[in-house]
Amino acid sequence: MKPVIWLILRRAGFGFLTIIVISLIIFIGVELLPGDVAETVLGQNATQETVEAFRKALKLELPPHVRYRVWLTDFVQGDFGRSLANGREVSGLIGWRFANTLFLALTTAAIAIPLSVMLGMMAAFYRNTLFDKVISITTLSFISFPEFFIAYILITLFSVQFNIFPSMANINESMTLVAKLHAILLPALTLTCVVTAHMMRQTRAAIINVLASAYIEMAELKGIRRLRIIMRHAFPNSLSPVINVVALNLAYLIVGVVIVEVVFVYPGLGQLLVDSVSKRDIPVVQASGLIFAGAYISLNMMADILSMLANPRLRQSQTS
Amino acid sequence: MNLLIKSPLSARIGLCIVLFNIIVAIFAPLIAPYSETEVVGDVWEQMSGNSLLGTDHLGRDLMSRLIFGARNTIALAFITTMLSFLSGTTLGFVAAVKGGWIDNLFSRIIDIIMAFPTLIFALMILSVMGSSVMILIVTIAILDSTRVYRLARAVAMDIEVMDFVEVARLRGEGLWWIMRREILPNAMPSLVAEFGLRFCFVFLFIASLSFLGLGLQPPLADWGGMVRENAGAITFGIFIPLIPAAAIAFLTVGVNLIVDWFLHLASGMHN
Repeated sequence: MKPVIWLILRRAGFGFLTIIVISLIIFIGVELLPGDVAETVLGQNATQETVEAFRKALKLELPPHVRYRVWLTDFVQGDFGRSLANGREVSGLIGWRFANTLFLALTTAAIAIPLSVMLGMMAAFYRNTLFDKVISITTLSFISFPEFFIAYILITLFSVQFNIFPSMANINESMTLVAKLHAILLPALTLTCVVTAHMMRQTRAAIINVLASAYIEMAELKGIRRLRIIMRHAFPNSLSPVINVVALNLAYLIVGVVIVEVVFVYPGLGQLLVDSVSKRDIPVVQASGLIFAGAYISLNMMADILSMLANPRLRQSQTS
Repeated sequence: MNLLIKSPLSARIGLCIVLFNIIVAIFAPLIAPYSETEVVGDVWEQMSGNSLLGTDHLGRDLMSRLIFGARNTIALAFITTMLSFLSGTTLGFVAAVKGGWIDNLFSRIIDIIMAFPTLIFALMILSVMGSSVMILIVTIAILDSTRVYRLARAVAMDIEVMDFVEVARLRGEGLWWIMRREILPNAMPSLVAEFGLRFCFVFLFIASLSFLGLGLQPPLADWGGMVRENAGAITFGIFIPLIPAAAIAFLTVGVNLIVDWFLHLASGMHN
């Protein structure tokens, strides 16, 4: 078999295995609840009937391994059970919010990826100049700031002082795309600041790494123009690490979204998760946790696979 | 001392910030004008002689809560980081020195934990176990120790192949002795820089959890929680939630400046 395909299959297999193990951990987590789940969640003075109904709803009368199988098959088929807090279908609660979270994440990605790759390249080419230092200090401070600090600074500036953008990103299905984008601009900007800082620093490091190689020096000594060196020699080889950086930061974005959603009261999956954790609404926590984990693991996997594909050395070894 | 004199300006600023925070945290009861929970005025009062930074959403003195918050937040993050380093380096060193199936087993388990987003993992554990200081510390320490493990193992692997470790082995020294007397002193420079980075991460992580209402529980003051409690003020044009958030940012920037200098020193580029 071709080695690169074999490598990819192995990586995909590991990713799949991880998701299975994670689902087991999420499932066992509920089993570990001290005492009886029903009594813990419902409280001391629950009547016999409510406890029975609760046990039935969570299928607690079945043995654990059967319950795990039923839970996982239901989950794969899109049936996440019912919320403990209001008895509604979890899939109904999650579907719309998940789309909102994706919308926010994709908008951020559309701003952040081109911006940070460009800034990273520029910082690498003009390294140790004033431009590089200013960028380095700015990104270092953005990394040190908690997300909500950036969020509140943006709110103070844009919604309190100038009143251009709303401080609450309230969106619903009847809004037009432009209205939606206007509403989520501040949360998207907050996320952009955080993600760009990480992405740009890693891009800079990756490109400097390539620029330090012997073949770049050789090209320079041959007197090839700078632009040509960058396009023909440096860019193809830095593609693999840069793609890796981008995909890894998208995974980070999926999680970073949680806090920003809470700040802007955005109706997304992250806010639902946080609400459900404080209400201890376990079916919702399980479902949204598994979705977040699945997205995170798949993006990490994609990062690895894409950088394998983009690596010229791995591609060429196909012929051997 | 000589090192300190030659240090760059950024590192000195960082050092001042960190020292300032530590002093405030240690002497909190002496410095703070009021106690942590005392109500001194109306809700969200402006800055005045009575309360230097104004009052919070319950009319408590913001300055005093900020000072006590420094104590709670920094202590919590410090204890958690210590715990994470203790377990992470011990496991990492054992894996490096022993090798074989122990190394494989540890590394696979750590791989799986690291494949799971930290914040989501912590939220799931807190939803099942409820939020208390003990659970908070243990959960975050375990999640964070995976990163420490990776570094400790990698560093120890490099040291383990050195002659002096071989000599100690031939002398018949035990695992514990090799780890503590041969590997630890040589791994120290990398571990110290990492400690700063991990502290920042843990500190921001706890602040985020508190901000989500799942960290330290009120009436204890902590910076993340203070931002959450006063978040409503911002729409009235009162900037109170920005103050504790800025305090968090201030300390992490300080620690990062020191870490940067340390990494610079460790990479040998200072000449």
